[in-house]
Amino acid sequence: MSLPKPEELARVNYQPPARGWMEVKPDFRPGTYCNAASPKWLEWIDYPYPRQWSVAEEDWQLPENWKEIVLEGMEDRLARFRSLKLFFDICVRCGACADKCHFFLGTGDPKNMPVLRAELLRSVYKRYFTRIGKALGELVGARDLDEKVIKEWFFYLYQCTICRRCSLFCPYGIDMAEMTLLGREMLASIGINIDWAMASVAQCYDKGSHIGATPQAFKDMIDFLAEENERITGIKTPVSYNRKGAEILFVTPSGDYFADPGTFTLMGYLLLFTYLDLDWTFSTYAAEGGNFGWFVSHEMGKRLNAKIYHEAERLKVKWILGGECGHMWRVCNQYMPTWFGQVPSFLEVPVSPVTGTVFENARVHKMVHISEFTADLLRHNKLKLDPQRNAHIKLTFHDSCNTSRGMGIFEEPRYIIQHVLPEGHFFEMPPNTIREKTFCCGSSSGINANENMELRMQGGFPRANAVRYVHERYGVNHLGCICALDRATLPTLLQYWVPEVEVTGITELVGNALVFEGEIERTTDLRDRDLVGVGEQEGGEEEE
Amino acid sequence: MNFTQRHITVALAAVLGLIAVAYVGVQGNLQLLFGVVVPYLALLLFFEGIIYRVIKWARSPVPFKIPTTAGQVKSLPWVPRTLGDKLDNPESKAWVLGRMALEVLAFRSLFRNTRTELVPDPKFPEKARLVHWSYKWLWLGAIAFHYAFLIIVLRHLRFFFEPTPHAIALLGEIDGFWQFFIPTFYLTDIIIVLALLYLLGRRLANANLRYITLASDYFPLFLILGIVSTGILMRYFFKTDITAVKQLIMGLVSLKPVIPAGISPLFYVHLFLVCVLLAYFPYSKLLHAPGVFFSPTRNLPGDNRWALHVNPWNYPVKFHPYMEYEDQFRDAMYEAGIPVEKEPETAEVEEE
Repeated sequence: MSLPKPEELARVNYQPPARGWMEVKPDFRPGTYCNAASPKWLEWIDYPYPRQWSVAEEDWQLPENWKEIVLEGMEDRLARFRSLKLFFDICVRCGACADKCHFFLGTGDPKNMPVLRAELLRSVYKRYFTRIGKALGELVGARDLDEKVIKEWFFYLYQCTICRRCSLFCPYGIDMAEMTLLGREMLASIGINIDWAMASVAQCYDKGSHIGATPQAFKDMIDFLAEENERITGIKTPVSYNRKGAEILFVTPSGDYFADPGTFTLMGYLLLFTYLDLDWTFSTYAAEGGNFGWFVSHEMGKRLNAKIYHEAERLKVKWILGGECGHMWRVCNQYMPTWFGQVPSFLEVPVSPVTGTVFENARVHKMVHISEFTADLLRHNKLKLDPQRNAHIKLTFHDSCNTSRGMGIFEEPRYIIQHVLPEGHFFEMPPNTIREKTFCCGSSSGINANENMELRMQGGFPRANAVRYVHERYGVNHLGCICALDRATLPTLLQYWVPEVEVTGITELVGNALVFEGEIERTTDLRDRDLVGVGEQEGGEEEE
Repeated sequence: MNFTQRHITVALAAVLGLIAVAYVGVQGNLQLLFGVVVPYLALLLFFEGIIYRVIKWARSPVPFKIPTTAGQVKSLPWVPRTLGDKLDNPESKAWVLGRMALEVLAFRSLFRNTRTELVPDPKFPEKARLVHWSYKWLWLGAIAFHYAFLIIVLRHLRFFFEPTPHAIALLGEIDGFWQFFIPTFYLTDIIIVLALLYLLGRRLANANLRYITLASDYFPLFLILGIVSTGILMRYFFKTDITAVKQLIMGLVSLKPVIPAGISPLFYVHLFLVCVLLAYFPYSKLLHAPGVFFSPTRNLPGDNRWALHVNPWNYPVKFHPYMEYEDQFRDAMYEAGIPVEKEPETAEVEEE
């Protein structure tokens, strides 16, 4: 399929259709939806109704009693989640959420206003679970559940990246993310899943990471990056795998070792840990920090997440250190100890072996965010840094939706940035597009596939547009983030909207700036780009 | 009729119909019905409905702690946190109280509101730029409506007590501070009308809002406009016998209902619409008022990593345990030098 030009895609039409929303059906145009999940993946993880089906075809081959399953599933979830019941009951359709959603801003489709996206589900709740809905039907927004409604759910629940920007602005805190997740669970209960997410889930379940790397392949990838470190810095950054008795288990998303530019962040981690002489290990089994399972259902999220504590216990580590990742940290923060059901007593309250800082804020979770860990090191002056090695970088910082509105980590990465960049090289995007009001990359929650590229570019438009603004105004050439999914999706997004800007992790910048004893003269950054003042050409504009 | 016309017409017709019912009923000497039976019934429905809802919400579990974190989380002691951070990402139940108070009393989240517009910008290659304005009008309209409504309800308490409590009388005096009309004109009467017209007008003016607005959204607006306008008409233009009204209400309050003579039909229309609002409340979106207190994205502290949240229905799930994984990959792991629990030979012997 051909992607329209940015200029065409930016001409968003915000005029709703003439006919009422209950009569308008989604247009399954290539480029706007993800492919149906292959039955193979569902079989791997015992998911219901594996079958070969196609979104574009009329017949989705739903199980015969699909309606019963969905309605029972809704009843069950209404009983288990106060959030769902409450959010169905109390929305006043004030529309404060409408122009907050990146998918609405990017597509102009009124069903991407969170209020209406929620109404797609709420209408069924009203019809089958409230008396007034049974009696008054359409007048109170109730409608019958039929196959068209299911298709509509599929289309729009996979045009929501559960980023929670709507919930920030909602006067009652109604969170579309909750409804999207539970709606996706209901879809999965009748065998409707997307391939991109389910492939990652199944691979992660079986082999250890979303990319399906076997233990030996995982080791090869990391060892290769360690060799890269040695080539560029002259410093050996040895890695241990599944090592029992290590003090720290390090868990990071597969995005960090799978592809550029995430790999440069991983090189940064290795350099940092070597610099500190940290007693740490990777696990080939709990090799995935990310959790596509949670994009599919709460239960699947737990099935993948369970491996991390399980492995920490087996390896007898003291605590867990987590890499830069958005949804990994949302999952770890919001669900992990609750899923586990108790305080993981086989772990200790995390203490930084370098500074002695006790991470009291993680005393139940036993897991520390790499940005917290690094900020603490900087606070205690434990790192010798040469910010000039990042002088080719003019940075803006993208707050990832998950760490922002599902955790609240804003200051630590900025504190690190201050230390690793030369003064005057950091520029914030407009205030209504950062921190808690940040815009999602537009491809999170398992929809970073290739077949829905047009939708992804639309969903990421608000983010990219703010990047464009700081690029034009301040000459920003790098977008920093603490999210591996961002590092997987934002390069594609920016290549399309703001090709002058590259994406970088924050620990990559730390890796660039770290000054080791016995290092070779540093002429390039971790991406092999010449440093400022080295060679003839000034770096920064060069592509890797 | 298109979607919007249909939904407006039904809502408007319903309110006009209710007015007609009360008016005709009272003309037909059904004062007892509209003055006594309906008010009691409405109160019953109101309380029964609200209590039922609240109990249903309260009894449904909160499996996960999911506050919308709108500020820096408490982490290392030196990481700066402003007062705003502490309120928007509360670290404890005490701070949650602060967050909830701000939300309920000052509509904090709505105050955050922005409006995003796509404006042409020739400097951008895509020729367009999204501009995100701060946009407080919705907040202002909402807060004006709710506070005016609250003060009006409190003012009405003078009909429910004999003698009128001092605080209520004082409130009336303050509300009527600007005495440019006889009888004393209440500021809240103007505010609530303007606020209601704004809230209705924005739904009609904005195409996307029109698209999502249902009869069940127009109905309470028309209904409250009906209540407000009958009230204003009664106070300033077509006066009714206030002493008789107070007698009626005191009769209801003391459970010794009386129907005094001299009360105009306009009053019964006013009262009937109030009763409909009460009865409608628990079955509609007006539930947002008690509901906001239960919102798990607002009423939970962001202390997930240092205070365990227990899910009452947490259940064990099937996952891929390490030993199964090692069985799957043992030889390759061993060959790659990755430590294993059982060396391949031992494992083979065990299998045999």
